[in-house]
Amino acid sequence: MSDKINLRIDNIAVSVEEGTTILEAARKVNIRIPTLCHHEDLCVAGNCRVCMVEQTGADRLLPSCAMPVSEGMEIQTNSLKVRSARRQIIELLVSEHRADCTRCYKNGKCELQELSSEYIIGESGFIDLVPLKVMTIDNFSPSIIKDDSKCIRCQRCVRTCDQLQNIGALTVAYKGKNMKISSFYEKPMYEVVCTNCGQCVNRCPTGALTEKTYVEQVWTAINNDKKHVVVQTAPAVRIALGEALGMPAGEIVTGKMVSALRRLGFDSVLDTDFTADLTIIEEGNELLQRLKKVLVDGDTSVKIPMTTSCSPGWVKFIEHTFPEYLENVSTAKSPQQMFGALAKTFYAKKVNVEPEDMVSVSIMPCTAKKYEADRPEMRSSGYKDVDFVLTTRELALMIKQAGIDFASLPEDEYDSFMGESSGAAVIFGATGGVMEAALRTAYEVVTGREVPFDNLNITPVRGMDSIKEASVKIENPLPEWSFLDGVELKTCVAHGLSNAKQVMEAVKSGKADYHFIEIMACPGGCLGGGGQPIPTSPAIREKRSKAIYKEDSLKPIRKSHENPEIAQIYDEFLKEPLGKKSHQLLHTHYTERNRY
Amino acid sequence: MTEVKQLVQDLADQYGRNQESLLPILQGIVNREQHISEDAMIEVARELNISAAQVYGTATFYSFLNTKPLGKYVIRVCKTITCMMHGKNQIIKELETVLKVNLGETTHDGKFTLLETNCLGQCHKGPAMLINDKPYTELTPDKVREIIMMYRDKELRVN
Ligand code: SF4
Ligand code: SF4
Ligand code: SF4
Ligand code: FES
Ligand code: FES
Repeated sequence: MSDKINLRIDNIAVSVEEGTTILEAARKVNIRIPTLCHHEDLCVAGNCRVCMVEQTGADRLLPSCAMPVSEGMEIQTNSLKVRSARRQIIELLVSEHRADCTRCYKNGKCELQELSSEYIIGESGFIDLVPLKVMTIDNFSPSIIKDDSKCIRCQRCVRTCDQLQNIGALTVAYKGKNMKISSFYEKPMYEVVCTNCGQCVNRCPTGALTEKTYVEQVWTAINNDKKHVVVQTAPAVRIALGEALGMPAGEIVTGKMVSALRRLGFDSVLDTDFTADLTIIEEGNELLQRLKKVLVDGDTSVKIPMTTSCSPGWVKFIEHTFPEYLENVSTAKSPQQMFGALAKTFYAKKVNVEPEDMVSVSIMPCTAKKYEADRPEMRSSGYKDVDFVLTTRELALMIKQAGIDFASLPEDEYDSFMGESSGAAVIFGATGGVMEAALRTAYEVVTGREVPFDNLNITPVRGMDSIKEASVKIENPLPEWSFLDGVELKTCVAHGLSNAKQVMEAVKSGKADYHFIEIMACPGGCLGGGGQPIPTSPAIREKRSKAIYKEDSLKPIRKSHENPEIAQIYDEFLKEPLGKKSHQLLHTHYTERNRY
Repeated sequence: MTEVKQLVQDLADQYGRNQESLLPILQGIVNREQHISEDAMIEVARELNISAAQVYGTATFYSFLNTKPLGKYVIRVCKTITCMMHGKNQIIKELETVLKVNLGETTHDGKFTLLETNCLGQCHKGPAMLINDKPYTELTPDKVREIIMMYRDKELRVN
C-alpha cells in the first residue's frame, strides 16, 4: 500500500499505517518501550511519561504512546537522554510511593516494580515523600482493596471505570501534589456506586487496587480435618488459569485444574457449570412464564424484557442506576449462588456431612462474586451459602504456593454429583453464551425441535461486538405453547457496563422491544472478568473466547436440559422448575441503591 | 422538593444540562450557599446524568468551589510566588494568632475561615488577600489586625 509511513526505530526500518503511534510501530519490530499509563483497552492518557523516546533533530522527548509516526522519523528508544529521563520519572514516582515490595500483594506482578528493577533505581537523590503524605487504605469492601499509598496516579482505573463501564465510581480529586484517585466524597468503595467488577483492579499497574484475598482462610479450612471443603469452578476459569501459570492464552486446562484442586486438598471438586445448566432451566422457564402471563393473561404486573441476573456486577449496577427496572431482572440466582445453596442442602445430605461442617469455596473469574456471596440474601441454606470466593489469580497463587508444576499435571475429572455439565454451560463464560444456552433449551421446550441454527451454534449472539441482537421466530409450537406461534422472540446481548447502560437507555426510551436481554458486566463476558489473569487485551480475550467455544463443541452434551444430573436433581430433590424448593433455594430479590 | 434540589434544578434550567454546565452550576451553588454540600453534588450529578464522583472531582479541583462549610467571612490569602516573596507567611501567622485558628479552619463562632488561594492578580501590591469578594493589598501584620478588628466590630454592632 502506498499510504504507508516509513520510519526508523533504533535503526530498524518500519513501515506502518498512518495514525499508528510510535509505541505501536516499535512493537511491530519487537522493540519494547516501557509504559505505565498506557493500556490497550483505554484511550491515550499520556500522563506518566515513561514511554518517552528521542527523535533525531528534535530537542524535546516524545511520549511514544501518544505520538503518531511521521514519514522519515528517526527514533531512539534507548539513548542516554531517554534513559536518564526515564530514570528520573521512575525515581520521582518511587519517591512518593510506599515501596514495601516484600510485603506487597503485587510483589512479582507489579509493573512499577518491574520497571524500577530494570532501571536499578538504588538509593534515590529525591526526598522520600511517603511519611509526609496522608494516604488511606480502604479495605471495607469484601471485593476490592484501594491503597492510595501504592497509587502512581496513572489514571488507568479512572479511565476503565468511565470508558469501559460508564460508572465513574473513581475520579481524580484535588490537584497538584494533593491530587488523588477518589470515590465520591472519598467514601469507602463499599458505599458508592462501584459494582465490584474489578476491571480497574485488572488494569492497575501497581498494588493500589487489588482484590481482597481469602487464600489464607481457604488454606485454614482445607487443613481442618473436621471440615468438608467443597469447591466449584466457574466456566471461564478453565480457559484462563493457564495464563497465570506460564501457559499461553487460550489453553483449555479443565483437567489439569481439577487435578490441581484435588492436590490442594479440596474434598469435593465440583463444577459451577452444573448450576449454569440449572440456571438455564430455571431462568428459561421464568422467561416462558413471563411471556405467558404478559401475552395470554394480560398481566401488567409482570415485566418484559427480562434480563439475565448471573453477573453480580450488572446486578449491582442496575440496583444503583436503573432501580425502576429491578422487576425486569430474572429472579434466578447466579450459578455460583445456586451452587452454594445446593451444596449445603442437597449435596451435604448426599455425602452425609452436616452443613455446618461444610465449607463452600468458589473459584471465579470475578471480583464481584465476592460481594455477591456476602449479600444477606445469600443464606438460603441457613448458612452462608458460599463461604469464600477466590479469583482465578488467587487459585494460581495457591497452586504456586503448593509447589505444584501445573503444566505437567495429568487431566482429571470432576466428582459427581454436581460435576456434570453441558456445552451450553461452558459458554456462560463468553458474552452471548447465556443467551445461546437459553435459546438452545427454550426453543426446544416450546417447539419440541432443536433450535434452527447450524450445529446448534447461534452465531449472531457470539463475538465481541458491543451490542448484539438476534431474533428467533417460533413456528409450530407444541400445543401448550400455541400462544407463541408466529412470535418473533427478540433478544439482545451486551457486555461491559457502558454497553449495558446504552441498552437500558434504549429500553427506557421505548426504542427497544426486546423480550430477553443478556448482560455481562465485563468486556467479553466472564472470560474478561476482573478476577482473570493480568494482563487482558482484546487479543487475549479473543483467544479465551475461541477456547470456550471449542470446549463447547467438544462436549458430548450441548444442551442444558440434556444434562442427566439436571434431570436427576429435579427428580430427587427440586421436583419442578420454579417449584417450591426452587423458590426457597434458587431465586432471589434485589434492592434499590444510592445514586453515588 | 428540598431546597438544594430546587436550587440545582433552577441552575440547570439556567445553564443547561451538559458537561460544560457543570462549572457554572457549581459556581452558582457556591454563590448561594457558600459551599457545595454532599447532597448538592448528588443533585448536580442526577441533573446532568454524570457520576457523583465526577462532580466531586471537579469541585475539589478548583479552590473557589468550597466543599466544606465556611464561616461568614472567608479570608483567602494569596500563596503565589510574588506574595510569598512579599511575606504572606507573616500575614498568615498574624491571622492565625488573631483568629486563633490554623490555616484551613473556621473560628468557633462560625464567623471567619482562613484559606490560601492562588494569584489574585494584585501581585504589584502584594501581599494580598480577599475577604469574601473584597480585596485587601499591601498587607502588613498590623494592617491585618486592624482589618479583622473592623470586621469584629461590625459583627458586634449587628448583634
Ligand atoms: S505496588 Fe509494586 S512497587 Fe509498590 S510496593 Fe507493591 S510491588 Fe512494590
Ligand atoms: S489506582 Fe492503580 S490504576 Fe488507578 S491511578 Fe492509581 S496506580 Fe493507576
Ligand atoms: S470495580 Fe468496576 S465499578 Fe468499581 S471502581 Fe473498579 S471499574 Fe469501577
Ligand atoms: S505510557 Fe505513554 S505517557 Fe504513560
Ligand atoms: S502573587 Fe499574590 S496576587 Fe499575584
